[in-house]
Amino acid sequence: MKRLASTLPNMILSLGIVTIVAGALLGAMYSATKEPIARQQDEQRQAAIKAVAPPCDNNPEADSWTTEIDGNTFTVYPAEMGGRLVGAAVKGSSMNGFSGEITVMCGFDADGTVRDYRVLSQAETPGLGARMEAWFRDPAGARSVIGRNPASYSFYVTKDKEQHGAVDGITAATISSRAFLETLRHAFEAYETYRNSGATAQNEKK
Amino acid sequence: MKNYWKIFYNGIVPGNPVFVLLLGMCATLGTTSSAYNGMMMGVATGSVLVCSNVVVSMLRKLIPDKVHIPAYIVIIATFVTMLQLAVNAWMPALNASLGIFIPLIVVNCILLGRAEAFAGRNGVVASLLDGLGCGVGYTFALVLLGATRELLGTGKIFGAIVYPEDYGMLLFVLAPGAFIALGYLIAIINKIRKTN
Repeated sequence: MKRLASTLPNMILSLGIVTIVAGALLGAMYSATKEPIARQQDEQRQAAIKAVAPPCDNNPEADSWTTEIDGNTFTVYPAEMGGRLVGAAVKGSSMNGFSGEITVMCGFDADGTVRDYRVLSQAETPGLGARMEAWFRDPAGARSVIGRNPASYSFYVTKDKEQHGAVDGITAATISSRAFLETLRHAFEAYETYRNSGATAQNEKK
Repeated sequence: MKNYWKIFYNGIVPGNPVFVLLLGMCATLGTTSSAYNGMMMGVATGSVLVCSNVVVSMLRKLIPDKVHIPAYIVIIATFVTMLQLAVNAWMPALNASLGIFIPLIVVNCILLGRAEAFAGRNGVVASLLDGLGCGVGYTFALVLLGATRELLGTGKIFGAIVYPEDYGMLLFVLAPGAFIALGYLIAIINKIRKTN
């Protein structure tokens, strides 16, 4: 049961070997999982685009367009039918969640009406903010954002009186609700920008 | 043989990491908002515990005393990170529900506690059984606590509705409820252990 003596060379050697082996293992694991992880994220994104964007005959991912709002990246995946824009899926995020980043894929009709959304990632409190996926599509009260157009409907929680908020936030999770709605507002903004400039420019290019 | 059984059993009841040793309270309280999360966290922690116990026990004579803590931490962190990558790659559903909790296994003091108190002093087989026992004990405790909180908070157990959610006490899903539920569970278990 005698341990190796705690001499300096012994300590350096043993700790060095342990960390090198650990590093090698992690490297191997990282390269083994890199591809499946990327594939997972791709699949998740594709499924989300398909779920929220209107039916289309183009490839939204090939035509994607990216912009930045408040330091967050927003990607517009335009949905076209016969060369005409019929809506889009917009992926965007907010750093203002209760536990950091919230990423949402939001689908819009041609005029900007919210079709559907998918929360791609969030780390909000379970039982509270984490309910956003189900909450904002619940027809009860003024919770649902589906079928609303951010141009004419105030995408703020009702607590935000100054903005004339119209959406019922999640009970006891106002911060999460605000971050979610902020993401949707910005996604709409990105879609509007794309529709007004990017789309025409791109169509001319074609 | 009897001795090995004793080592395994010790982690489940007499030395249960949560109810008796009160180790790893942070992860215990944080991850038990539902029975399913508790179970998965228990299984994840248990598997890392078995791996780290075995490796620590194999290396116990090769690591000098003065650097054994950093060496153990590197070993534990390596296993946790590998688990995290694997879950990310091959179990996306589990990743979605446990995501941020998995990296937190590193700071669970059960791992370092068992490495320090048991695996660093005992053979590989005994350490493996100790890891298994503690893992099972930890999972059992987390499922019990998770189920209690889920039932009181949302009226469900493992997502199956027992009574309507509207009558649930949301408090139990939140942090204060975790402390209250854990306190009562420990009291009940102490009572049972004493009467036996």
